[in-house]
Amino acid sequence: MIRRDRLLPPSVALVAFLAAWQLLVLVGNYPAFILPGPLVVGERFVSAWRDGTMTPHVVTTLAEIGLGFVGGALAGMFGGYVMARSRIANRVLSPYLVAAQAVPILALAPLIALWFGSGLFAHAMIVALIVFFPVAISTLVAVQGVDRRLLEMARSYRVSRGQRLRMVELPAALPGILGGLRIGVTLAVVGAIVAEWTGGDTGLGVLINLARGSLFDIPLLFAALLTVAIIGVALYSAVLLVERHFATPTS
Amino acid sequence: MTVESGRAPRDPGPMTGAGQVPAIRLDGVRFGFRIGGHETEVIAGLDLEIAPGSIVAVVGPNGCGKSTLLRVIAGLLRARTGTVEVEGRPVTGPDARVGLVFQEPRLLPWRSAFANIAFPLEVAGRAREARERRVTELLGLVGLRDWSRARPAELSGGMRQRVAIARALALEPAVLLLDEPFSALDSLTRERFNVELLRLWERIGATIVVVTHSIAEAVFLADRVIVLSPRPAELVADVAVDLPRPRRPGDLDAAAVTRTAAEIRAHLEGATDDAFAVATGDVPAHPQPDEAIP
Repeated sequence: MIRRDRLLPPSVALVAFLAAWQLLVLVGNYPAFILPGPLVVGERFVSAWRDGTMTPHVVTTLAEIGLGFVGGALAGMFGGYVMARSRIANRVLSPYLVAAQAVPILALAPLIALWFGSGLFAHAMIVALIVFFPVAISTLVAVQGVDRRLLEMARSYRVSRGQRLRMVELPAALPGILGGLRIGVTLAVVGAIVAEWTGGDTGLGVLINLARGSLFDIPLLFAALLTVAIIGVALYSAVLLVERHFATPTS
Repeated sequence: MTVESGRAPRDPGPMTGAGQVPAIRLDGVRFGFRIGGHETEVIAGLDLEIAPGSIVAVVGPNGCGKSTLLRVIAGLLRARTGTVEVEGRPVTGPDARVGLVFQEPRLLPWRSAFANIAFPLEVAGRAREARERRVTELLGLVGLRDWSRARPAELSGGMRQRVAIARALALEPAVLLLDEPFSALDSLTRERFNVELLRLWERIGATIVVVTHSIAEAVFLADRVIVLSPRPAELVADVAVDLPRPRRPGDLDAAAVTRTAAEIRAHLEGATDDAFAVATGDVPAHPQPDEAIP
């Protein structure tokens, strides 16, 4: 019963959105190569999955996201922690971190393609770069925010560095870190698509380019966009589920 | 080591018996915080011996360095000069022989009461079975056997502080230091907790040093009350509390309590009035030695 109450508003909103979209297409009388209606896109989406057009691209993109997200998130957590606990590391690293973030990944992607080619590794690297910053910053802030009184308590029992990290800092900073991962995972999808635009044989970014260019199959382009959106929502929800799992009642 | 049910030695008073190793010994302990290149002195040369199994209360004006003193004894802060010894061996850092209970419970909010008490045992690398046995014992000792699975947020303030005390006792320290442990509780609960603390002490026999703001509390709990001066802390008086044990709130000799409390208050007021006078410029900041000790 509760489930239905929760699902009702978003379902109504979705139906309203699709109806408005269809109405716009009917009223404006746009051709399918400018703005296909939701029914046309839905049909193309199903057929692209059925005839196997979609699968290899989705597999490639998911592999890039998975590899890049894990790599970028681990590096981000490590970097954020080191910066939180070492004033020198913070002073030395933070200007580069901010500068690197100020340069758009879109501008950096062609350079990485030039150096590392357009294979899985190069694409995952772009994903990792885009994931690194939000995870590093949220880890930095979360670790700096760990209650000093708890750290002193732990010190009075002679915790080692590793024990302090595992038993106090990590659990205390976890909500903040997970918030960074939530931002990171959506950016990972963006990073993968941008990376694929710089080159490569498969991937949803490649498919989007193909659909717009040589294939000129605009409904397929929309179907690819829909797939990207679904991947984004699914990954975001996965992180959210992890967050729920770790959520603890605090005073 | 001391956590058998053996009775605590009944030898109160400032003197330590000949040949007996004091539980705590401070020898010329000075401590200061460095703030902007300046060293602000917090503890100005303290010598102190505390007999094993006794309870000593430390009173003094706000901010005089009582909490700092406990941290120096616990090894969390290092004395600039002088030595701190527990059971005859120097304290050089956080020490398993000393259990410290902070003013706030400082529990890990994501851990249950059980897991919070197990924390020092985990850090010390005790095996799971030994941990569980010890924590169950401690939960019984502080009367929280039914609350072992509760998170700190689900416990009352008093229960949280009991968990903190159990945690401090986990490694069987010879010395238990309490920094205004019940100051967040209402006065009735506080009175009950002081009775419980004495009962606990009778069972574990550890040496207890308790910092408090309340003279009544100090007299009720302690064998000896140490009165400190305003910052930098110096020993103003060392008052023996000559009341029989076991003590229960109803059956204390009212006259003796009043007399002792009055004595402590006189020392304390003398010290604080000086500080007030210094602040308003009526007397020089560095009194002559004979003026310093009333």
